[in-house]
Amino acid sequence: MPQEPARHRGFIARNRAAHPAAFHPPYKTSILRSPRAALLAMPSSLSEETGPVFGPRLLGALDADMITNFAAPGESAIGPRIIVHGRVQDETGRGVPGALLEVWQANAGGRYRHAKEGYLAPLDPNFGGCGRCLTDAEGFYEFRSIMPGPYPWPNGGNDWRPAHIHFSLFGPSFAQRLITQMYFEGDPLIPLCPILGGVTDPAALGRLIATLDMKHTIPMDSRAFRFDIVLRGRRQSVFENRKEGL
Amino acid sequence: MPELTETASQTAGPYVHIGCTPNVAGIAMYGGDLGAVMRTGPVQGEEVTITGAVHDGMGAVLKDALVEIWQADSAGLFNTPHERRGAADPNFTGFGRSAGDGQTGEFAFHTVKPGRVPWPDGRMQAPHASLWIVARGINIGLQTRLYFEDEAEANAADPILSRIEHRARAQTLIARRTGPGQYRFDIHLQGRQETVFLDI
Repeated sequence: MPQEPARHRGFIARNRAAHPAAFHPPYKTSILRSPRAALLAMPSSLSEETGPVFGPRLLGALDADMITNFAAPGESAIGPRIIVHGRVQDETGRGVPGALLEVWQANAGGRYRHAKEGYLAPLDPNFGGCGRCLTDAEGFYEFRSIMPGPYPWPNGGNDWRPAHIHFSLFGPSFAQRLITQMYFEGDPLIPLCPILGGVTDPAALGRLIATLDMKHTIPMDSRAFRFDIVLRGRRQSVFENRKEGL
Repeated sequence: MPELTETASQTAGPYVHIGCTPNVAGIAMYGGDLGAVMRTGPVQGEEVTITGAVHDGMGAVLKDALVEIWQADSAGLFNTPHERRGAADPNFTGFGRSAGDGQTGEFAFHTVKPGRVPWPDGRMQAPHASLWIVARGINIGLQTRLYFEDEAEANAADPILSRIEHRARAQTLIARRTGPGQYRFDIHLQGRQETVFLDI
């Protein structure tokens, strides 16, 4: 039986309504850093459908443990101990295996380890503030840290960031590249935040908020928070049933 | 129909370098920064260096941006296990990541001139690299492409470049050759010279 030519399976169009607009004046820095012309729509080609793939050889034993990965031997970072875990899936519901997650955050006092950071809260000598991990064969990930503190920032006269952890994600395709932030269930600063206010869809906002996960908590050690992430997906055909991500 | 919706993007913030290039930020981690080296040994093809800066709507250079590059090797092959057309140059990763210099904001990629990669209909695209730009104030990472000034014939037939309605804006995607193996590519987030950004 003659085969039809393979149909190109590009990416599902990005749902921009689920993202913050580039121009969101309450977040003042976005005013001069937002493109004003329309983005040029294009189908993906191999250039966007491929991407760098990072294997487990990249990772060191402590990369996913921010409590100890910058600490002196035998010491650990100050702050409430937490486990953050979840699943990375694509828009078609498939787990994304081998996705690299890079995370960074302030310390328990709300201070980043950075030359341009001026908040008066002290640095923690045992906390660097970055970690990374890979998702497993089903897309699950887990890392350990301390609860970051909220902090003030120069935007309006009195703006405070809710406690958050930054996430950078690599799926198998460069078109899936994503940076986001995870917030914590119950934080009263969430509805006041000018950055988070750019996410106007309540469901999309809700998905950025990690929930306390008592089942994953380690008694007498660490609370756990669950944060699931969805990366872009490729168009499907009802005639195929492919398991891999590409 | 998609069953799930992509997680909302959030700005990379002013401290993206802590997470993505910690060694640049002064935090000695991981034995080096991801994407710092694209050529891991002797490479096939022409070695080139691409430098540039990211500018805001008033023309000021961003000093807190992070720029990533992903491209084919000199034969047009990608260094990923998903490449099915052949084996890419093992000494070329195809992926680079550059923090803007803390003083000048300049980024730099020590790479190779990419070969041609097919468009979905089989036509060959002009040699290009994919770029992704994040920074404080950028709410969702910006995707664009870099083409090469000295590929005029291929550029004229390229399916993306020829799709740009305002012809003058196509020039914003073309890196200028400033010397042998040297290219300059400035990215303008806004204003008269605003770079063409892509919705892929």
